[in-house]
Amino acid sequence: MNGTDVSVFAPVKAGARRRQRKPLLSVRNPLSTRAHAVSGVLAFVVPLVLWCLLSYVPVLWHPLVLVEDPGDSSVPGQYAYIAAGQRVDREVFDGRNAELAAASRPLARGERANPIFLPAPHEVASAFYTAFTSPPERTGDFWLHESLWHSCTIIFLGFFYSMLVGIPVGLLCGTFSLFSRLIEPFVDFVRYMPAPVFGALAVAVLGLGDEPKITIIFIGTFFQAVLVIANTTRSVDFALIQAGQTLGANHRQLLTRVVVPAALPALYRDMRILLGWAWTYLVVAELIGEKSGISAFLYQQQRYRHFENVYAGIVMIGMIGLITDQVLAFLGQYLFPWESGKPSLLRALRALRRPASTSDATVTTSSSPSVSS
Amino acid sequence: MIELPSYREQAPDVAAHHAEIRERPVVMTVGSVGRVFDSPQGPITALANIEFEVHRREFISVIGPSGCGKSTLIRIVAGLESCTEGAVLIDGHPVVGPGPDRGMVFQSYTLFPWLTVLRNVMFGPSMKGVPRARAEQQALEWLRVVGLSKFAEHYPNQLSGGMKQRVAIARALANEPRILLMDEPFGALDAQTRCNMQAHLLQICASVDVTVMFITHDLDEAIYLSDRIVVLGAHPGRVLEIIEVPVPRPRSAEQFLSGPFLATKARLEELIHGHAAAEETLAAE
Repeated sequence: MNGTDVSVFAPVKAGARRRQRKPLLSVRNPLSTRAHAVSGVLAFVVPLVLWCLLSYVPVLWHPLVLVEDPGDSSVPGQYAYIAAGQRVDREVFDGRNAELAAASRPLARGERANPIFLPAPHEVASAFYTAFTSPPERTGDFWLHESLWHSCTIIFLGFFYSMLVGIPVGLLCGTFSLFSRLIEPFVDFVRYMPAPVFGALAVAVLGLGDEPKITIIFIGTFFQAVLVIANTTRSVDFALIQAGQTLGANHRQLLTRVVVPAALPALYRDMRILLGWAWTYLVVAELIGEKSGISAFLYQQQRYRHFENVYAGIVMIGMIGLITDQVLAFLGQYLFPWESGKPSLLRALRALRRPASTSDATVTTSSSPSVSS
Repeated sequence: MIELPSYREQAPDVAAHHAEIRERPVVMTVGSVGRVFDSPQGPITALANIEFEVHRREFISVIGPSGCGKSTLIRIVAGLESCTEGAVLIDGHPVVGPGPDRGMVFQSYTLFPWLTVLRNVMFGPSMKGVPRARAEQQALEWLRVVGLSKFAEHYPNQLSGGMKQRVAIARALANEPRILLMDEPFGALDAQTRCNMQAHLLQICASVDVTVMFITHDLDEAIYLSDRIVVLGAHPGRVLEIIEVPVPRPRSAEQFLSGPFLATKARLEELIHGHAAAEETLAAE
């Protein structure tokens, strides 16, 4: 009797619990905190696991054989060229062994391997360290940290100049139809020209230094930036501008006191995206003229067939990009307190300096509940 | 059927009130304003020959069916749109564009989200170059008038809809405008909040020297708040009648069921819905 009771109630209970849990697939619904965290980790773990499987489980792929001992190389044959340390096709290895077997000599030994361009995870992991510690192979080459720093400088300068000009121009285009009409058609035309085509020209005009590289980044981001920023500026709620007008703001005040602050959070997001584009133009920029930076490092390592270093370099670019973006996103919360509900940057810094004191700044920031009535 | 008094019948004190208003100087003149839009089907007359005057400290409502051009009218007065005929005069000067002498409260929330409540209210004065300390002091005073002193350091997105509109009123009043233009300011609020806001606006108007032009499509709201009601008809937008509200001041919610109130409402219904019905039959024929 007892047993039947349990079997009747158990599935009901389980069903009830399942109903309380948030469904994983739900249109436009946020995930539960746990599912959010787990899936975020899985996003990186799944590709890593796939890579590990391909690298460490020989039956999955491993199309080559890494020759450890070529056997008797004096035996003539079609495949007599194999040597220790070589990666050869499995048919070649098997063919050579057939030749050796026919001559009844000791067979070649070797183990199945992946192509050299797919290093195993642990090799790339150790390359992260060794790439920094191994000195340049040729005089005139740079250490990895020097290359990375050089790349960051190029990106920063190119992006900085592009924003320095692009933001004011974009704001003007988005605010005044006159500027939009005067500037945007031409910018729209130029942006279809790929930035790399200006490479040779930039080198011819500006020489072999960093200037042409900075110019390529500038060209790659500036023309897009003007259009993106103009559109963002145009999407500022017109009612806010009209409210500013009825409050007596003149043209200049409307631009500086209404349009710019209204567009600023979206402009900041635009800039984060544009910075990503700057990285894509970096590789092109660094390979024109005198090769430099992380791209020169990748190019060199690829020529020396140090593919683990190549992968380490690529992942480093990804990490620098991701970390910069996350830092900028984090900063953004404090730059635009009215969107995030966080204290302003100034107040946050002030609160950091005086952690124990209950200054009026900390009081107002912490006691700002959202009001609903 | 209850026998209602005529909406033209005014108690002696109400009649005296209206006579007194007519004596006051004219703040705004809407002089035969017309607006024609061009459309692919040919020109469309949105407003034709709109004519009325607003006296100092008067509360005037403009009411009419949707599509009668009441929003176009208030936007012309604000200077956000231009009229194709006639002119709007403020103290005898024609309106050529938006300006701080005509404060506007919009139906949508137009507080600047990046400014605190206090800074929003300070916006107008600081555009004029009023020193910061004085602007701040005045802004705090206006926040007290709308009952939001405690929320000076809040951001607009931390406020409810009703509070946002009260800040918007304070922001417009901080410029000390000649006339306060309100374009269905309570249209987006729920019924309860709307009721509170109407009472609040009556209070503000009683304590502050302000002239109001108020757009609404809510008959009760128009009668409850106004000294006079301009009734517009549609296609084209034109003045059907200007009604002096016979409900005595101070106003209270109990008056909603009083004879003069209901009589006025009956007349408004007749004007607006009667015309709409007549137009429909015309269109059907």
